[in-house]
Amino acid sequence: MGKLSVFILLFTSYAAYSTWVYTNGTDRGTVMNAQQQAGKKIWQQYNCTSCHQIFGLGGYLGPELTTVISDKNRGETYARVFLQAGAVRMPNFHFTPEQINDIIAYLKYVDTNAFSYKHGNEQPTP
Amino acid sequence: MNSPRPERRVAALFILLAMLSLLSGLLYGTLGAGQYIFPELLKTKLSFSQSRPLHVYLVINWIFSAAAGGIYYYLPWISGGRKIFSPALAFIHFGLQLLVWIMVVTGFFMGVFGGREYLEFPVWINAIVLFSWLCFMINFFATVRPVFKNAPVYIWSFSTGLLFFFITMTEAQLWVLPYFNNNIIRDVTVQWKAMGSMVGSWNMLVYGSAMLIMEKISGDKEMNHSKMAYFFYFLGMTNLMFNWGHHTYIVPASPVVKTVSYFISMTELLILGNIIYTWRKKFRDSLGFRKFLPASVLGWADSWIFLNLVLSIAISVPAINYFTHGTHITVAHAMGATIGINTMLLLASLVFIVSKENEPLLTRTGGHLKSALRVMNISLLVFWGTLIGMGIVKIMAVQDNELFYGVMNRLRPWFDFFFLSGIVLLAGLAWVLIWLVPVFWRILTGKKS
Ligand code: HEC
Repeated sequence: MGKLSVFILLFTSYAAYSTWVYTNGTDRGTVMNAQQQAGKKIWQQYNCTSCHQIFGLGGYLGPELTTVISDKNRGETYARVFLQAGAVRMPNFHFTPEQINDIIAYLKYVDTNAFSYKHGNEQPTP
Repeated sequence: MNSPRPERRVAALFILLAMLSLLSGLLYGTLGAGQYIFPELLKTKLSFSQSRPLHVYLVINWIFSAAAGGIYYYLPWISGGRKIFSPALAFIHFGLQLLVWIMVVTGFFMGVFGGREYLEFPVWINAIVLFSWLCFMINFFATVRPVFKNAPVYIWSFSTGLLFFFITMTEAQLWVLPYFNNNIIRDVTVQWKAMGSMVGSWNMLVYGSAMLIMEKISGDKEMNHSKMAYFFYFLGMTNLMFNWGHHTYIVPASPVVKTVSYFISMTELLILGNIIYTWRKKFRDSLGFRKFLPASVLGWADSWIFLNLVLSIAISVPAINYFTHGTHITVAHAMGATIGINTMLLLASLVFIVSKENEPLLTRTGGHLKSALRVMNISLLVFWGTLIGMGIVKIMAVQDNELFYGVMNRLRPWFDFFFLSGIVLLAGLAWVLIWLVPVFWRILTGKKS
């Protein structure tokens, strides 16, 4: 087989695999509502990802937040405290109560979709 | 004095920008490490949410700019002495990249973010990046087109790297579409996919450069037409396309994604390591080879390939990855690959260019460069080991149900090593660059050395 044929074969598999990843391969989560989207926007605008991870994406100066809401040691109230006041290493962003609600809504959304953290990658049956 | 060929000037421009990026990138990295130890350090002026993206952007910029500069420099060699297709496009490529550089860096200083992991600058800037890359691609393909038939393996590597950076950079922007953005599982999976493959694309550029200079140093043209070289290339391409899944063990996408990547594990590095090793062994006894600096820089890279290979294989095992993800062991993996392997290979390429431009300088300063490289590599080893140590301490702390604050306290003594080795690494690098910068400056200005 010529080199070009190998290349084309690999590239075609890549295209097919990508299409599958974009569709069925990732068709498992729920879709965000408007408030959750607003929370995600704040997350990006303040670059929370530089210190926090969600699904492994992000820096390590701060704790991983994928399951902060359902975590029995942390939870929503705990999270709100940090968003209101910051901490030694986390800046105080002076958020309005509405912004905090949006961020919490986003973090809740992430948490409900984090079934790989809780059920060994099985999607929970409703 | 005849004016230098335009591709030489563009090469010098890219390489100078690359060196500036690396040095400043490491500087912000050191600042970030300092902020682990002293939480108040510039907390309001240049917080970690700024120092980290500065570090990440600048060091990635180093890899791409040094690789691009090398390719412009090598173009006449690899195209059989042809002139570059369009000098204007090459200068546009550089001009736009410089513009992006200035915008991104200023933006981070001002606290303007796009907030996506790794590409933390505002999303619209990526459009300029893509456009400038297009100029690069057109120039490259139009210049080397006549030699495509029967091309040596590095031309395939360069072409693949060029093409896939464009594809993956585009893919990394898919999130602007609600279809991707509003489904977190789809969003993070595609982001991991794009970024994982983008790393593969720069590997193609860097490994291609390494293969090219090995051929030039030894005069052995056969190696880049060998079955082994092509096997390595296609394996690299397979890794680029499918191996990103090893980052996503914790993302609840379909398990097939993970299985695929698990089977196509880290064989690529094994082969690259083997190619460099065999090449060094074959030519070790030829006259002066042992003393020839670019060859010994490649030797450092080879040791890093081995170390990183062991680590990569370990963290590719799902049962181990379950513990190591989210710890600094992942960072060790990234630093070993980007500094140990990529940066050493790129430095080998730069030092090789210096040997072509100013052999006497290299003979005179070779001792200095060797010591500086030794300082860099030893401090990097301490740095790398510290990151792994931090990962292990964190795993133990989490097993003890420590909260984040407690974990940080246990890690505290490790941060000192991390910070100090970072400073020594930075110093070693500055020592290397002091010798390299004037050479590229002369290429730019066209003065004889
Ligand atoms: C400069 C780094 C940094 C940035 C930027 C940052 N954080 Fe934090 N954050 C931290 C650290 C460190 C902690 C842990 C504090 C502690 O436990 O002492 C934390 C804690 C938290 C917590 C409490 C959960 C826990 O496990 O401690 C939440 C929720 C949180 N951050 C959300 C955010 C959001 C949302 C943003 C963006 C708007 C953000 N953070 C930006 C560093 C940061």
